[in-house]
Amino acid sequence: MEQQITCINCPVGCRLQVVVEDGEVKSVTGNSCNRGLTYAKQECTAPMRMVTASVPVMDRQTPVSAKTRTPIPKKDIFHCMAELGKVQLHAPVEAGQVICANVCGTGVDVIATKSVQ
Amino acid sequence: MLSQELRGQVQYVDVLIVGAGPAGMAAAIAAKEAGVENLLVLEREQNMGGILRQCIHNGFGLHRFKEELTGPEYAQRDIDRVRDLGIEVRCGTTVLSIDENRFVTAISKEKGVQLFEAGALILAMGCRERPRGALATPGARCSGIYSAGTAQKFVNLEGYMPGKRVVILGSGDIGLIMARRMTLQGAKVLACVELMPYSSGLNRNIVQCLHDYDIPLLLSHTVIDIEGKERLSGVTVAQVDERRNPIPGTEQHFDCDTLLLSVGLIPENELTLQANVEMSPLTQGAVVDDSLQTDKEGIFACGNVLHVHDLVDFVSAESFKAGKAAAAYVQGKSRKGAYVRLKDGEGVRGVVPQRLLVPEGEAESVQVMFRPAGVYENATVSILDGDKEILRQKKRILTPGEMAELMLKPEQIKALSGGDVTVQIVR
Repeated sequence: MEQQITCINCPVGCRLQVVVEDGEVKSVTGNSCNRGLTYAKQECTAPMRMVTASVPVMDRQTPVSAKTRTPIPKKDIFHCMAELGKVQLHAPVEAGQVICANVCGTGVDVIATKSVQ
Repeated sequence: MLSQELRGQVQYVDVLIVGAGPAGMAAAIAAKEAGVENLLVLEREQNMGGILRQCIHNGFGLHRFKEELTGPEYAQRDIDRVRDLGIEVRCGTTVLSIDENRFVTAISKEKGVQLFEAGALILAMGCRERPRGALATPGARCSGIYSAGTAQKFVNLEGYMPGKRVVILGSGDIGLIMARRMTLQGAKVLACVELMPYSSGLNRNIVQCLHDYDIPLLLSHTVIDIEGKERLSGVTVAQVDERRNPIPGTEQHFDCDTLLLSVGLIPENELTLQANVEMSPLTQGAVVDDSLQTDKEGIFACGNVLHVHDLVDFVSAESFKAGKAAAAYVQGKSRKGAYVRLKDGEGVRGVVPQRLLVPEGEAESVQVMFRPAGVYENATVSILDGDKEILRQKKRILTPGEMAELMLKPEQIKALSGGDVTVQIVR
């Protein structure tokens, strides 16, 4: 199966044609450097994304901003948001604090990126 | 003229900085580290950090910290440093006026009107979004139309969702980031509409904010009608020709309750103008020399108030330079030499700095920044001293969305003839 993706490593934005068979990248064309090759392999077999969100804090006007500590599989983004929607946080929240452990069973924690006193 | 009574209220500050966003904080840190003890930062909002506070997405700090941070995390590093250094920051304090003698008036709820005289003044007010009024958009004046940054503030700092069905006009990075944010928080983003045949946003954002969520990017399209009585009910979008006029027969209608505008940023220079500082019509910021000093002695400008940057990392780097230069100025380490002017040549828009000092003593490298006027592939950027080419560099790609830079080496600066220097792009 051939996939068309845009390389994100630099402003050139090469259009990459990637042939994937049985979950393995067979060929990449359209890239003008090696970074495109690495990107295509990752993106077409196991795409990963950081997820950031703002999560309400009870009895506070300001929500707390949060992020996954490391990227999670792209397919889990909406599950992650849904799980964060159920979190009930109370002030104070400290930057770096885990606000949702092992989100969607990814093994990745969601942590606060600022403090709310 | 001040009355005798008011004169007694004037506080002298060695270095006074307007704004505690990333630019103001970096300038303050650099000035303090260079040995300035008597410095003060004035910030209009209740918190330091500026626009980074609402940029909760990641991607900041790769150049400066070699790691990927979110906006609040990037800001916190500078806030911590400002506090560790014991720098005085007055939040909730709005600067009302400045003049070319560096006399500053400000006001806050706690302290009322405050008068300052500054040895050096650093302008770090940042920029603001181009508003709807500047666009000549057609149609109804209903609610539901926001600048992308306003919507970002509602969602990320105040926890409000501005709407459920969204169209975005303009494909700047803030618009792209908001397309993803609105989608993740449960809205349906119908399209991102861009007048130009290319997006001014980063490829990373086009892929990860639009493609990931199947949001169409309509290039060479614009909004030709806005409908709604009280609340927005829909917009009509049409394709445009190469002169950017709508093409009849290409109209499509979107039912939506929200239109976000991401159509450019404008440096916020109301104060700068009060001091009669020479301005550049291209950057819409002050004209500065290689030490970030304006044509008014002792007044410096840095960050997005000077010219709109793509990355906060570059804002910080520029502002460290300004803070250091302001410190040197008040410490009496003035630079001697002759100025040459840097001019925009073919394909170049808004070169910074616009003036360059050829010093009597040793020169330092100078970074020259500019925006390409269009998209250029495999082009050459060159710098001319009069007619003589003194620097030539091949660039794989140049786009208006990405600031380009060149480094002038000390020996190249020392060898300048004294005439105008031109930066140009050759296809």
